[in-house]
Amino acid sequence: MDRSLLITILTIVGFMAVSQGIIAYLILLERKIAAWVQDRIGPNRVGPLGLLQPIADGLKFLFKEEVFPTNVDRLLFVLAPSIAMITALLAAAVVPFGPTSVPPSTEYQFVIAPGTDIGILFTFAVGSLAVYGIILGGWASNNKYSFLGALRSSAQLISYEIPMGLSVVGVVLYAGSLNLERIVQQQVEGGWNVVFQPLAFLLFLTAVFAECNRLPFDLPEAEQELVGGYHTEYSAMKFALFFLGEYMHMITTSLMLTVVFWGGWYFPGISTPTSHVAVKFIVFIAKVVAFIVFYMLIRWTIPRFRFDQLMSMAWKVLIPLAIANLVCVMVVREFELSHWLLPPLSIALIVGAGVVSFRWPAAPQRRMPASLEPVAR
Amino acid sequence: MPIKTEDVKWIETPKLGVLDHLYLPAILEGLKTTVFGHMLTPNITVQYPEVQAKMPPNYRGVHRLNRDEEGRVKCVACYMCSTACPAHCIDIVAAPSPWPDREKYPETFVLDELRCIYCGMCEEACPVDAIELTTLHVLTGLSREEMMFDKEKLLSVFDQTVKDGTDPIRTSAGRLGPASEQPKQAPVPGQPGAQP
Repeated sequence: MDRSLLITILTIVGFMAVSQGIIAYLILLERKIAAWVQDRIGPNRVGPLGLLQPIADGLKFLFKEEVFPTNVDRLLFVLAPSIAMITALLAAAVVPFGPTSVPPSTEYQFVIAPGTDIGILFTFAVGSLAVYGIILGGWASNNKYSFLGALRSSAQLISYEIPMGLSVVGVVLYAGSLNLERIVQQQVEGGWNVVFQPLAFLLFLTAVFAECNRLPFDLPEAEQELVGGYHTEYSAMKFALFFLGEYMHMITTSLMLTVVFWGGWYFPGISTPTSHVAVKFIVFIAKVVAFIVFYMLIRWTIPRFRFDQLMSMAWKVLIPLAIANLVCVMVVREFELSHWLLPPLSIALIVGAGVVSFRWPAAPQRRMPASLEPVAR
Repeated sequence: MPIKTEDVKWIETPKLGVLDHLYLPAILEGLKTTVFGHMLTPNITVQYPEVQAKMPPNYRGVHRLNRDEEGRVKCVACYMCSTACPAHCIDIVAAPSPWPDREKYPETFVLDELRCIYCGMCEEACPVDAIELTTLHVLTGLSREEMMFDKEKLLSVFDQTVKDGTDPIRTSAGRLGPASEQPKQAPVPGQPGAQP
């Protein structure tokens, strides 16, 4: 058997096994952080410090009854969670999860498919297919809450795909490649992208929250409004697959944030190109974990957006800002100006957006029925 | 009664400044509250079965029947508690008292803890401060019969609470009856009902 094929297979097996375990423990971490933020302790009964809780949860999911409500479309009902999981796993195939180097190298590459020249494009394309899982799930459930959740999800994901793609284009312009390893290499040589394009990072971060259906953008499953959203009718392992898919998405996007904006394994002074591979790996994982924890903290900080606010945020704020940012990057790149011009430009754009929003005439107030209007005195 | 027009106060949405329109400072402020205001501060969970919360002394939990100084039941079987009880959970059978200082005493005194709504009216009605609600709140049993607390059980609750030093505060007692002992010391301020 070809040696590189063997390595790829081993990487896939290792990545799958480890990522599923990590997801199980991410759920524990999420519950723990939720508890700490609410001045509680969190799960601490199963095993020392509650460390066996994920295993108990997993067993519960496996042995629960598989409920098929009477009027569901059986084929699509089973297909939907599988699609959600498959797309989430596929999207992770090209994203580095450790130190990498540019293609002609003999080192081990911490990525399932090294040297994919359409890396970013592939992740976006496959990752956004996850919405099919949600739509099919909502449709096949034959339940109005599920369907409403699915509809919201489709509108949300399509809207936020645009600023997400546009914000990365600036980075791609500088790296001159869609290949994620090359993007890391460019940052090793030229410094982290977040320093030069903070606005792009902010836009990407916001869009990623929406893509992952995380609070404050978790409208597809807003439990106070839609029972459970698209997974209302799902139980047992089918529900667990949706859940795993969602957390896998979270991991993938954290990897993407690290690779595209925070220099991957590169950390000036600690992890340089001459460092040992273990140091690089630890630095990389630390960045990813920081992002995941940040996701969970934001969840308990910002309340959920209303649906019209969500849409106006994407179309009136994020997309214009992303285009303006892209134009700035293009101008700087085209006329070969110093790339130190980029951070002030980004900050100017952010402040400018605030000023425009401040000066903009307020939207007309919602009209109350005449009987409820305050009486003029 | 309708609200008067002058009592109605209309609150307008506060005007947002440029900084508020940027959103980011507000988000950072919120994260600060999340992390330093809550996540890193000590949590308030009580590990229940191992650690039991200390209830305030006026908590209304399981009842007890008080004993007087000679260890006799204080109750004079006047039926005031069972009359006051809105849940009709107290069942008393009176008998002539074997002691010279009172006419009657309860031959049986059965209180259905499952029926009780823990309102504390029995405690307020009692003229001799014989029945009191304690801070005990963990009440379990395997059958309905087990939860019918009789005189011995209620007296044992008294012994238990006296031993644990968790005597309840009398919320309302009024004047003490003739069968009740007089307070030893001057009434402590803040403890109503201790005056003779």
